[in-house]
Amino acid sequence: MSTGITRPEEEEETESQAVGAARAAGESAYGQARMNETEIDAANEASQRRARRAVEDADHTVELKVFRYDPEVPEKEKPRFDSFTVPFAKGMTVLDALMWARDHYDSSLTFRHSCRQAVCGSDALFVDGKQRLGCKTQVADLADDGVPGEVRIEPLPHAEVVKDLVVDMEHFYDQMESVEPYFQDEDTPDGLNEQRQSRENREKIKMSTRCIWCGACMSSCNIAAGDNEYLGPAAINKAYRFAMDEREGEDLTEHRLNIIEQEHGVWRCQTQFSCTEVCPKDIPLTEHIQALKREAVKKNLKFW
Amino acid sequence: MTNNATMHEHDVIVVGGGGAGLRAAIAAEEEGADVAIVTKLHPVRSHTGAAEGGINAALRDGDDPTDHAYDTMKGSDYLGDAPAIETLCETSPEETIQLEHWGMPFSREEDGRVSQRPFGGLSFPRTTYAGAETGHHLLHTMYEQVVKRGVTVYDEFYVMDLAVTDHPDPEERECHGCIAYNIKSGDLVGFEADGVILATGGDGQAFDHTTNAVANTGDGLAMAYRAGVPVEDPEFVQFHPTTLPSTGVLISEGVRGEGGILYNSEGERFLFERGYANNDGELASRDVVARAELTEVNEGRGVNDEYVDLDMRHLGEERIVDRLENILHLAEDFEGVDGLEEPMPVKPGQHYHMGGIETDENGETCVSGLYAAGECACVSVHGSNRLGGNALPELIVFGARAGYDAAGRDLGEARIDTGPSARSETETDLDTPVSPGALDGAEPDAVADGGALATDAEAVVEDALERQRERVETLLERDGINHAEIRSDLQDAMTQFVNVFREKEGLQQALEAIRDCRERYQNVAVADPSRTFNTDLLHTIETRNLIDVAETITLGALARDEFRGAHWRKEHQERKDDEWLKHTMVSWNGGDPDIFYTDVILEGEEKTYEPKVRSY
Repeated sequence: MSTGITRPEEEEETESQAVGAARAAGESAYGQARMNETEIDAANEASQRRARRAVEDADHTVELKVFRYDPEVPEKEKPRFDSFTVPFAKGMTVLDALMWARDHYDSSLTFRHSCRQAVCGSDALFVDGKQRLGCKTQVADLADDGVPGEVRIEPLPHAEVVKDLVVDMEHFYDQMESVEPYFQDEDTPDGLNEQRQSRENREKIKMSTRCIWCGACMSSCNIAAGDNEYLGPAAINKAYRFAMDEREGEDLTEHRLNIIEQEHGVWRCQTQFSCTEVCPKDIPLTEHIQALKREAVKKNLKFW
Repeated sequence: MTNNATMHEHDVIVVGGGGAGLRAAIAAEEEGADVAIVTKLHPVRSHTGAAEGGINAALRDGDDPTDHAYDTMKGSDYLGDAPAIETLCETSPEETIQLEHWGMPFSREEDGRVSQRPFGGLSFPRTTYAGAETGHHLLHTMYEQVVKRGVTVYDEFYVMDLAVTDHPDPEERECHGCIAYNIKSGDLVGFEADGVILATGGDGQAFDHTTNAVANTGDGLAMAYRAGVPVEDPEFVQFHPTTLPSTGVLISEGVRGEGGILYNSEGERFLFERGYANNDGELASRDVVARAELTEVNEGRGVNDEYVDLDMRHLGEERIVDRLENILHLAEDFEGVDGLEEPMPVKPGQHYHMGGIETDENGETCVSGLYAAGECACVSVHGSNRLGGNALPELIVFGARAGYDAAGRDLGEARIDTGPSARSETETDLDTPVSPGALDGAEPDAVADGGALATDAEAVVEDALERQRERVETLLERDGINHAEIRSDLQDAMTQFVNVFREKEGLQQALEAIRDCRERYQNVAVADPSRTFNTDLLHTIETRNLIDVAETITLGALARDEFRGAHWRKEHQERKDDEWLKHTMVSWNGGDPDIFYTDVILEGEEKTYEPKVRSY
């Protein structure tokens, strides 16, 4: 994929000559193509030289301070920070920088990523003290002007670290799935007739449907940090998405309000707005939680 | 099995949790099967979520599935198979409305019905959409239904290979399951099943500049290929005309559908003014627009010698925010451009693979029990060029059919024949500078390359499991080089030589570069010693798949000496219907690729599609 960085092409020739000579002299376990130990060392050294050259030739570099942990590797059992110097290029994102470090310095550097365009929600990270998507965060935006000298990258707080920047998402998924996050109305029209939905109603749920399950909100929430059973902003937003959808009947709305009104539901929210601040899709999470509180009150008043 | 924890059994296994995989799983569950999804990402991370434009479906008065079929056949440049195209167009309306019934938040008209808009190559505005984030909503809506139904999901399990019998003839082989690597724990797991549905999506990572995700590495296609299933029409790769230059992020065709205009550096609306598409202009088919843009750049009329401008400012803020809001965010976040204030820079980027695992219209391959659906498959509905808005209906229509068929529902006999027995002729004189396929003395591949003929299903899975265990151990324990440079060189070669414009010499150079990557790959090792979340191992295995995928694309491109749809050849500037109204098939053939051809089916239910000159 393109990261906007070009690798220097020099040294290629000397390397392939060296490899060719060693290959001619060496033995091989897997046919003619398999390199011997000397050739492997030479190839790996050449790769390292190319990385060093790219850093030396860059107009600007950025220093990544990256959290490292692996329960299975003795030297990483105790969490530590590693530094990687990465050549900066205009438009470079935090994810680009991490990938460069992984591909040129340390292939064991581990983080989730996939789409590179803020829709898969894989790469929510704690960058310079704030929950952000790595792919959507321009490195240049982390400094007041120009290129930041250093960027600190940690896994999402308030989640168990699996390895390096990868956290266990199971608890987040459990909370999401506990609010019955699926359309339930069975009373749909026949054949090719769609359910009607007003533009206003679609507009009302629009922002809530943008959630990409990245977990940034949950990680930023003090209440969720203190109460493991708290549904959390993302799950409540999911409940909002269905409770406010006029296509589901009133009985279902009431059922949904019962779910979010439980002990660890909407009433735990103390409107600190941290979730709203970090949401990479700009979902007004706190407002949605407040709206559900109001609906719950209205519903309860009905029975008096 | 010595350790029960490493074996699972289900009726149906779906590999991949994107649109096609989720739809297949729902269908299989509806049919009463015990179905499980095995996916290397959590389902909501799948790249279906990045699809923007919409779902083509003939829903309205004045539109008809036969018109949709005609548009699709024309768009395919007469390389789509009529039974597949007609199935797609007839079934898309009910599948699209099914999504609405599952609560998908489509954009709406004043009367509350779902909105549709014009798209390239369509004779009716039938692209049903949800903002410019249709794929995101489709993916999440279907995942919600999977949760509702309690379908088992093994997420972050990477399927490394299929468990297929070793019969010499691929058409006698049976698929009994697959082998997966539990990414979090590092355990290898065997899955035994009566049916395996590959829904692994695209393979854009074979190219350098792509709209595809990092995870789109063609795993399913490569596994099926090595298991003996032909790869159909691999040379047909779609380059989307509007991707952001620096990252390859997609700018939806919806922008042009709503009225966006393309300009060159001289301020000309070149599609009209330079005569590329005098009738449809910006809404010509994607291949036409992509070539027009690159021609402009090559002839010195590109902006900054690299791209063209896509302007939507005249649509007005209200309309843009209502229908294309996501585009504003993408242009801002990934190119630093405010689409309300200035034109957006765009250039062609790899977007979609029309070719893929050969299947019939029920999703089944020539290997019994092995299915494929979605982008990794080739039914073929898209032929040599896919129309915008036809990928999402393919996911739901053929995902569902594969799911039903694998779970035992009788969908009737397929009209499309598959496998080597459907061969009409064999390629005998392809001028390749190096031999493609397996290297002499290379490590053996998992399937059909020796080993005892396993008899029962469990033994087949156990054998495959053992082979993958050895493969992982070898990669973890030996010394070697890292795969990343090999992958990057492969991507560079593909983007340089197998792009929008192709010529013989360049394609041959690509084959040499691919061969070089294959040789260097013999020396890869995984430096990360950990069993926990070892993405080094995962990416190393993916790179092998990319090498196989790239080779099939390039072989097909070299063989087809004509210009059809997305496949342009410098030396051959015309469509040659007398010679080339046929599908390319590349078969692994135990490591010695066999290239052959099968007839295109232009006979539909009620009429035969006559190839016509394709102009827009």
